[in-house]
Amino acid sequence: MANLTTNFIGIKSPNPYWLASAPPTDKEYNVVRAFKAGWGGVVWKTLGAEGPPIVNVNGPRYGAIWGADRRLLGLNNIELITDRPLEVNLREIKQVKRDWPDRAMVVSLMVPCDEESWKAILKHVEDTEADGVELNFGCPHGMSERGMGAAVGQVPEYIEMVTRWVKQHSRMPCIVKLTPNIADIRKPAEAAKRGGADAVSLINTINSITSVNLDTFSPEPMIDGKGAHGGYCGPAVKPIALNMVSEIARSPETADLPISGIGGVTTWRDAAEFMTLGAGNVQVCTAAMTYGFGIIKELTAGLSQYMDQKGFTSVDQLVGRAVPNVTDWQYLNLNYVTKAKINQDLCISCGRCFAACEDTSHQAISMSPDRVFEVIDEECVACNLCVNVCPVQDCITMEEMPKGAVDPRTGEVVGDYGNWTTHPNNPMAKAAE
Amino acid sequence: MSNSLTTPGIVPARLNPDAYAEQFDDLYPDYDPHEAMVAADRCYFCHDAPCITACPTEIDIPLFIRQIQAGQPEAAARTIFDQNILGGMCARVCPTETLCEGACVREAAEGKPVEIGRLQRYATETLIQKNAHPYTRAPSTGKRVAVVGAGPAGLACAHRLAMHGHDITILDRREKPGGLNEYGIAAYKAAHGFAQAEVDWLMQIGGITLRQGWTLGADGTLADLQAEFDAVFLGIGLAGVNALGLDGEVVLGARDAVDFIAELRQTEDLSTLPIGRHVVVIGGGMTAVDAAVQSRLLGAEHVSMVYRRGRDAMSASDYELSHAANEGVKIITNAMPIAIHANGAVREVEFAYTHAGETGMEPTGETFRLKADQLFKAIGQTLVGAPEGVALDGRKIKVAADGSTSVPGVWAGGDCTGGGEDLTVTAVAQGRDAAESIHASLMKSGA
Repeated sequence: MANLTTNFIGIKSPNPYWLASAPPTDKEYNVVRAFKAGWGGVVWKTLGAEGPPIVNVNGPRYGAIWGADRRLLGLNNIELITDRPLEVNLREIKQVKRDWPDRAMVVSLMVPCDEESWKAILKHVEDTEADGVELNFGCPHGMSERGMGAAVGQVPEYIEMVTRWVKQHSRMPCIVKLTPNIADIRKPAEAAKRGGADAVSLINTINSITSVNLDTFSPEPMIDGKGAHGGYCGPAVKPIALNMVSEIARSPETADLPISGIGGVTTWRDAAEFMTLGAGNVQVCTAAMTYGFGIIKELTAGLSQYMDQKGFTSVDQLVGRAVPNVTDWQYLNLNYVTKAKINQDLCISCGRCFAACEDTSHQAISMSPDRVFEVIDEECVACNLCVNVCPVQDCITMEEMPKGAVDPRTGEVVGDYGNWTTHPNNPMAKAAE
Repeated sequence: MSNSLTTPGIVPARLNPDAYAEQFDDLYPDYDPHEAMVAADRCYFCHDAPCITACPTEIDIPLFIRQIQAGQPEAAARTIFDQNILGGMCARVCPTETLCEGACVREAAEGKPVEIGRLQRYATETLIQKNAHPYTRAPSTGKRVAVVGAGPAGLACAHRLAMHGHDITILDRREKPGGLNEYGIAAYKAAHGFAQAEVDWLMQIGGITLRQGWTLGADGTLADLQAEFDAVFLGIGLAGVNALGLDGEVVLGARDAVDFIAELRQTEDLSTLPIGRHVVVIGGGMTAVDAAVQSRLLGAEHVSMVYRRGRDAMSASDYELSHAANEGVKIITNAMPIAIHANGAVREVEFAYTHAGETGMEPTGETFRLKADQLFKAIGQTLVGAPEGVALDGRKIKVAADGSTSVPGVWAGGDCTGGGEDLTVTAVAQGRDAAESIHASLMKSGA
């Protein structure tokens, strides 16, 4: 069995699965249940400054989108940071950490944007002997209207400033949680690094309205006829998160900045994908909220089995393995030529490939009167749409043309690697030497 | 009464009085909305979908399933009814395994087609159960059309013509409209009075008058109708039944299966309907299956369905046959009746095993006898009462592709014409298409 033990910026946990700062980590009861189930760590739900606790709405806090059989695909929430008294949270954190010393205990924080507020809360957290803090610069709803959460995360200068305060006033490892509601995710990551952050975690939730009630004309989730955008998460956001993680991992400025990957991790495969793109561990929320803490058994066993199959003995061997293969479009090999191929034995003659290609693409699939569908190599640009709409797995495959073959579409010989930067059609092309 | 499964002879009330409702309830319960969503999600929305081609009424099946998925089963129903106004009944009685579901690409892929029939039923139910009729009539044309027969062909024809603004009179010999939907199919396929509910719903189009208890020939001739109406549609079905051709065939306990089914369908309290302890059904079609299964449901202890050829040659679908087998009907193939042994009433039926020979099915020489208090004959129906002068093609009324007969101004469709495998859905298609032809003809002549 592969060793899943993880050391993330000095914080050890028996596996790379932490529960993200969210309702599942709001109190001792839930966190202890999670640890009993086998979770490697938690990021305790965001604490605010001392004073009257936060107030949440008393109507629905979540909205969702589903597949046909009510499989939850995306979840949206308008819940704020913890609404329990600070001292209760601190007491419980301390107790849980004491009872579960081998598990990671990170505390999420969000206080007003002044040095004193941060200094004060850090002192409290240090007293709990938690392993580290995560700065919530990501929460997109409610708190951002009060100048916190994503309102900080969208201004790199603020991120740097607050991070610096945290590092000045605390010995604890500091993770900066980033909002995806921004044009270029590298900027806040660079700011966090300048401020001295030990790591970043991403993504926080995405501004969203899950649906509109077409009878009351109100967005969902609806509170007394009105709705406010919430934060979107769950399987639907994973592709966005993967890209943002990879952007930070492959940027020279932030390549050495550890990343805690978040965003739609539902199975071991999702976690492995995040890790290959540079995440040192992952945080999970929606999957646990959908299925309960029991999924940790699949998450750990699945990752173990995969690592065994690949011959990886520790998580570190997986982290970042796909990063070198993430590149810019301009460096993609334009001489890599493939053609779609339909396996007639597997084809069930539904004609979806034909409709997609004929109506919306390159008219590169023929249909015979008896419903035989075939690729016309002279027209196929290898867009892969037929593969994606085909309901039968592996029925349509993209077959690479060997070097030296002639692409019947272009009449050109398949050559060696060549990209846009040297392509004759590129006015900016560097002269091939 | 205290009869039981083992009471000898043909007696009523073999079951507990409470059992009948359950026995004859819907074969399939309706989908609930979630089940329908999940079932609809399995449809691939095929290009030029094979299921449409396989449907005699060419319903745009992928479209209506997508409309269910999009949360508008009423719109799905409209898509169905545009092509097939009896889409509700067809959803219940169509042999979908040989039609749309047989052609479904998921049948080819996994042996598990999209459940088109049940989805169609779910969709059509949303309008029929609410009694919401989605069509309105065109302005009156002043043209009058006689439709003879209130079965599926006649109803489909009448509805389409009424929609086009013509005034329709449906003439039917029975007490209730619906034809075989009301009199000729198993009760559990049209439970809870569905056949009449569907007719009532269909009639809401307006412009259709029903004249019941009117038999062509006895109460008026084709010439009479031609004199009174601008056009005539014949949807008279197959009123005759084939005989076994055996000595002593007319005997107590022996009857035509169609009569038994009709009586069952019109019996309010099924505990009053007598049934034998030993029932033998002769035939291999849907009528035979419906008679055999319902005999079991009424409490017959032993029911055998005997067909003279092999199972492949039976016109009842595999689905129907396995349903019959599940209900405890013993299916015997390659056996032909050679004698009815009676003693005042049927006692036994004697059969000879058959094999395919030079001259068709030939006896092998081996015989056997089945105990029988009751014998149902279901070896096919025949056309009787076709009006003089209307040309036949073999044993059925000859029609062109548009349903027109050899007599100008007279159209025909449904089981009384050829080529349709005597399916409800085919009758609907023929009635509908004849209506379009009649409409075109009337508008041309009226111009």
